[in-house]
Amino acid sequence: MTHKSLNLTLRVWRQPNADAPGAFRTYKLGGISPDMSFLEMLDVLNDQLIKDGEEPIAFDHDCREGICGTCGVMINGQPHGPLPATTTCQLHMRHFHDGDEIVIEPWRARAFPIIRDLSVDRSAFDRIIQAGGYVSVSTGQAPDGNCLPIPKVQQESALDAAVCIGCGACVAACKNASAALFTSAKVSHMAQLPQGQAERRQRVLAMVGQHDEEGFGWCTNTYECEAACPASISVTHIARMNREHVKATFAGQK
Amino acid sequence: MTIATDSKLNARIPDGPIDQKWTRCKDQLKLVAPNNKRKFHVIVVGTGLAGAAAAASLAEQGYTVTVVTIHDSPRRAHSIAAQGGINASKNYQNDGDSVHRLFTDTVKGGDFRAREANVYRLAEVSGNIIDQCVAQGVPFAREYGGMLANRTFGGALVSRTFYCRGQTGQQLLIGAYSALMRQAASGRAKIYARREMLDLVMVDGVARGIVCRNLVTGAYETYAGHAVLLCTGGYGNVFYLSTNAKGCNVTASWRCHKRGAYFANPCYTQIHPTCIPVHGDYQSKLTLMSESLRNDGRVWVPKNKGDSRRPEQIPDEERDYYLERRYPTYGNMVPRDVASRAAKERCDAGFGVGDTQMAVYLDFSRAIQEQGRAAIEGKYGNLFDMYEKITGENGYVTPMMIYPAVHYTMGGLWVDYHLESTIPGLFVLGEANFSDHGANRLGASALMQGLADGYFVAPYTVGNHLASRSLKPVTDAHPSFTEALASAKARTDRILAVNGTTTVNELHRRLGQIMWNKCGMGRNAAGLSSAIKEIGALRDEFWSSVRVLGSGEAFNQNLEHAGRLADFLEFGELLVRDALHREESCGGHFREEHQTEEGEAKRNDKDFCYAGAWESKGEDVAQSVLHKEPLEFKDVPLVQRSYK
Repeated sequence: MTHKSLNLTLRVWRQPNADAPGAFRTYKLGGISPDMSFLEMLDVLNDQLIKDGEEPIAFDHDCREGICGTCGVMINGQPHGPLPATTTCQLHMRHFHDGDEIVIEPWRARAFPIIRDLSVDRSAFDRIIQAGGYVSVSTGQAPDGNCLPIPKVQQESALDAAVCIGCGACVAACKNASAALFTSAKVSHMAQLPQGQAERRQRVLAMVGQHDEEGFGWCTNTYECEAACPASISVTHIARMNREHVKATFAGQK
Repeated sequence: MTIATDSKLNARIPDGPIDQKWTRCKDQLKLVAPNNKRKFHVIVVGTGLAGAAAAASLAEQGYTVTVVTIHDSPRRAHSIAAQGGINASKNYQNDGDSVHRLFTDTVKGGDFRAREANVYRLAEVSGNIIDQCVAQGVPFAREYGGMLANRTFGGALVSRTFYCRGQTGQQLLIGAYSALMRQAASGRAKIYARREMLDLVMVDGVARGIVCRNLVTGAYETYAGHAVLLCTGGYGNVFYLSTNAKGCNVTASWRCHKRGAYFANPCYTQIHPTCIPVHGDYQSKLTLMSESLRNDGRVWVPKNKGDSRRPEQIPDEERDYYLERRYPTYGNMVPRDVASRAAKERCDAGFGVGDTQMAVYLDFSRAIQEQGRAAIEGKYGNLFDMYEKITGENGYVTPMMIYPAVHYTMGGLWVDYHLESTIPGLFVLGEANFSDHGANRLGASALMQGLADGYFVAPYTVGNHLASRSLKPVTDAHPSFTEALASAKARTDRILAVNGTTTVNELHRRLGQIMWNKCGMGRNAAGLSSAIKEIGALRDEFWSSVRVLGSGEAFNQNLEHAGRLADFLEFGELLVRDALHREESCGGHFREEHQTEEGEAKRNDKDFCYAGAWESKGEDVAQSVLHKEPLEFKDVPLVQRSYK
């Protein structure tokens, strides 16, 4: 464990609500332990702001262990900050230096309207899942779990896609604000499993259609999403989604 | 303390042998006609495993379902963070598992303070849960031949835990969330995200609606219906530092308690043995390392006090593998309460390690030697990564340091066999109720209970409530809604009006310190009595000096936190009073006055073999009245637990 402390300059995006204009504000913050998480550093700043009579900075967070997908801000222009495969809540201050200036912004995308400060509305993701990100099986209809043997390799590969946490970093990283990585993770998860076969074609068409309707841009293969993804979702899922989409389109399935 | 003499608690446990109770119950439940179902409106609060599963299943049956969640999406509920797995008595490993054995292990694991009939039903439907999740596309671990794989968990000698790497909760929740999204697309379920339930609305003594605050706009909203399902999780954050998500709270349960729902066994809190130790005053939460790690990890401390060598440099003969020493049969796989107390005992005796001396080692060197690093990475890779991110240490090379932390709460709103609370029409599912885990929950049983309640119990019993009671039409124009809305708003306005000098975080942290020091892993009468006074004083301080800026008519996260803390400051006192009244040690409730010579928990079955359900009597928690539901053990005889 380290015992030194950091003095930082923070430039934080403040915006009272979706309709009001926003701007950066600069805050000086001292005595930050390198063992703190990034969000704990923001907690310290917020307590200081409250004492000074300024409203605290709004930011979304919940589990603080990297799995719920609630947190996520741009840190010096990078979604979730400098570490690969790491959510904002799992980023620790030991990766910064004394005297650093840190710029903190919300995800910026037309499909993610700002609610306040660093908090954005990601309900577009729910609507993409509603379009087809499920198997149509009701409670009580299931056969025995071992009726359907799934080879380990195939199951592992589906799980590699299914671990998406839905945080939106892929959208924030993309110059087109595309949600192709998010959408493809679900399409790819289902397409690789026998349970997903019955609705395979209409699923990809409906989900991609909803993706476009929400105002996300399309993928131009810059791979920024993969680099930003805290769950290490690979762009090969986008390739699979594209193949699925072509096949479904030519098969004429609605 | 007042004890009710004429308690009207009726658990509605069906007659007959234990393995036929649930079948008999289902056969006698009244049904709603298919074409009438859509006219019935069910409100589900919370979208974790229990809430999402219940909402999806009820909508599939044809009911009109309204779902509210404090999260920005139903997929974010804290069930998502469960790591290790979910139990089911499939006996796929041919190692002698059965419904009866899972039932027995769970009753015993709960230290004989759970209701037998509920636990049996839980074991009975456990297999259906796995089938349902597989059908939804949950990618459970498989063997090379394609069959489902299992791992072993604490408190069991069979291998019955199904898992998806270290992300089982995430995959199960995504499954239930997908089912719910399908119903949202069909229009049968309507989802209201970023809403916090602030009160329950009762009409003619029946739960008929809720009051919410829209967390984005600050507007108060009311929802009317024919039944309310509370699936709002546990209250571990009363300890401030816990493995719970920051948003987890007791508010919805506490408001229902104030409206007449009894709160059962609040003192049963689970301290999980394998968490990353506390390392600073600023710390906002603790992180769990899955219990599954104890399958391959060995827990130890140095035999010599103050041994300052790096753990790799301490030879095997100078290490005390204290769990293997004390419990040769179960070894590192003893239940959570036992493992936690053993770690505390070693640290209190001066053998703790690390900067704070409040940690023990969890060592994988032998497993890596025997199975190879790749095998260990395959099983727990993401957990080792998480450990490294938080601590900056590599667990493959240096033993991990762990210490117990508050994790799960077995207590909750009292429910009968139908999962209905003492308020008709108010059902409580998952961690929010008290029924299935007794005084200690076994690993991989929380996911099982949440999904059992949500998929396979409430969808039947809620129908019985709707079919058998005459529920006249009610809209949110009813005066009960107006009154509940006004009182919810008044509470929030009162917080904003204090305008003092102390932040919500500071006060919450201090509440946590009282709870952990006086009502944590070890409890005694003197400490508990002083905790009651300290909590009262802190509550007064909150109402005179809390500082919440901004307005109630906007997105105001600090105001949300303040409202939850205000309820924790009342609830915390009830928890401590419950712990003070229960003069025995059982499971997660360890009263230092009641222990065996070897330092194990000593139950008092003669005087305390009951569920203690507290009835609210207004503002003053001290006036709460205790109702006792006697617990009978016919199928698993009452014995002192032994994991030796």
